[in-house]
Amino acid sequence: MRQVGIVGIGHTKFGRMDFDLVDILAWSSLEAMKDAGISGGIDQVFVANMGAGAINHQTAVASALVSRIFLEPAMAETVENGPASGASAVKCAYMAIASGMADVVLVTGGERMREVIPWKATDFVATLTHPDAEYAYGVTLPAFGGMYTRAYMERYGLEERHLAMLAVKAHRNAERNPFAHIEEMASMGGIWDGPHRDVVNPIMADPLRLYDMCPVSDGAASLVLCAMEVADRFKKKPIRVAGIGQATDTHCVHNREDILDLKAVRLAAERAYTMAGIGPKDVSCAELHDAFLILEVAISEAVGFFKPGEAKLAIERGETEIRGKRPINTSGGLKAKGHPVGATGVSQIHELVKQLRGEAAKEERQVKNPKVGLAVNFGGFGNNVVATILAKE
Amino acid sequence: MILDELEARLRPPARTMPPYPPKYIVLASGQPLVIRQARRDDFPILLETVEPLARVRKDFYDIVASRMYAELLGQYIHRLLDPYCLVGTINGVVASIVNGRMIDERRGMSYHTLTVHRGLRCGAHMFAAKMEYHMEHLGQDEVFIVAESFIGFKRWMIEYQLESRPDFQHELGGVPSYCLTRALYDTYKPRLVAGTRPVPPEILATADTLILPDEYPQIPGFKR
Repeated sequence: MRQVGIVGIGHTKFGRMDFDLVDILAWSSLEAMKDAGISGGIDQVFVANMGAGAINHQTAVASALVSRIFLEPAMAETVENGPASGASAVKCAYMAIASGMADVVLVTGGERMREVIPWKATDFVATLTHPDAEYAYGVTLPAFGGMYTRAYMERYGLEERHLAMLAVKAHRNAERNPFAHIEEMASMGGIWDGPHRDVVNPIMADPLRLYDMCPVSDGAASLVLCAMEVADRFKKKPIRVAGIGQATDTHCVHNREDILDLKAVRLAAERAYTMAGIGPKDVSCAELHDAFLILEVAISEAVGFFKPGEAKLAIERGETEIRGKRPINTSGGLKAKGHPVGATGVSQIHELVKQLRGEAAKEERQVKNPKVGLAVNFGGFGNNVVATILAKE
Repeated sequence: MILDELEARLRPPARTMPPYPPKYIVLASGQPLVIRQARRDDFPILLETVEPLARVRKDFYDIVASRMYAELLGQYIHRLLDPYCLVGTINGVVASIVNGRMIDERRGMSYHTLTVHRGLRCGAHMFAAKMEYHMEHLGQDEVFIVAESFIGFKRWMIEYQLESRPDFQHELGGVPSYCLTRALYDTYKPRLVAGTRPVPPEILATADTLILPDEYPQIPGFKR
């Protein structure tokens, strides 16, 4: 297999965008190509998207993107893997390049979810659940997040204040990220022990509160990947894709032996570590799929950063802060950077590239001397997970 | 003299309305949002705050700001009957404005909610304060409300489950009217209406002299 690197990154601001979906995709794509120092020469385009057909009444968005930015006759496919579509598209790009089928691939993930009202968007995302055993009973992803949080709290003694501490961290990091949806700081005095907590930070899916959840966002992120052997054609030094692992779990959450065991996360991470020839202790910074803050906690344990139940201690010690021993979600995470579902996996890798290049310094959120980054993109409620490891050469 | 007489004839009869006692809410950011009744000397600042938003063609800021400007001006120059205005400030800077008026002793009319400082639910807290004023301080049983923006519809009609009153002609024109009844207010008050009284003097002092916002998230690159 050929080695694969990332030589260009692009990103729109996340939030609400008054442009059509393909314009949003085009924006970040052109930014990534500009960053790579190219205006064409793309062999293959993969677009990660979950909602265009259901929300925007548009299909075949990869073909539309190619035409919008004049990349014909590049090959093009849309990749849909629920909220893990972004990392799946990166995996497809990796396979296309490693196999020798393509030298240069553009990956763009994006959504325009705020075209519909929030509960329509929540309902649309809930269509990834089992139609008869889950969706029919009114299950949504926030409902799963709430149930998971309650079960985790009962087993491991996590408290609501730990989640509030993560929310404050996420908002602080997002406040320094120009692409982040959320621009306001949060404080413990406002969302946790303030006098008006229950109105300012109401319970949404018990025990999860408003500030424990990601917003519904529009936006896109893009990467230009290439075979390492042609990387000298580009403006910037490549960041190598060192490992990719993916695993699935039962579609119905209730069919799992242990609801708290994020088996697909664990296996995806193990496979990625094996491919990269590293272990969790080698990871300098990570972007973990915190659509609900409990997932930052649980995923950080499943990928081996902390023993089960001990992530809360790391939170208390500030280890997951940008200047901590184990920086997690330096971008603000899904929680505060935003979560346009198809864009998220690509955006996570965008952040890792930025950190590994040292480009987050100008935004005052640079991790010190990072060498290796890990991204975990969580599809379904943990039933299809992609872990990606990047390494600075 | 003749002008004074004419002016007196133009003005609606003045009625003394109970004051809205100031309160504060600790926002998610930890900053206090002080909500108090606007005084007459506040109106030039309020009008100057609202005016730039009348040209923002997003989220219906243009129509809401245009109408609110006219309403505030109407209140300022005595062309509205029984109006009121509440202002919310963060560190003295105008963050949000709400207004409305009394129809009669039992019924009130909500006009507009305009938020400059977005992302901290200031608008939601201000709307709640407005309903609190009608129900708890003016002692009314019904408040008639319309929404002219999607955000307004979500925040008021859906969050408070307002009653549809299509036969009521709201003064804002043709959009369908809804009503907050006392029963609805009592139902949603614990979840949506917050605030602490009295406001500590040092916090209240920050809201005494209103400060114009020097930036508007709705207007990138705004310069006054």
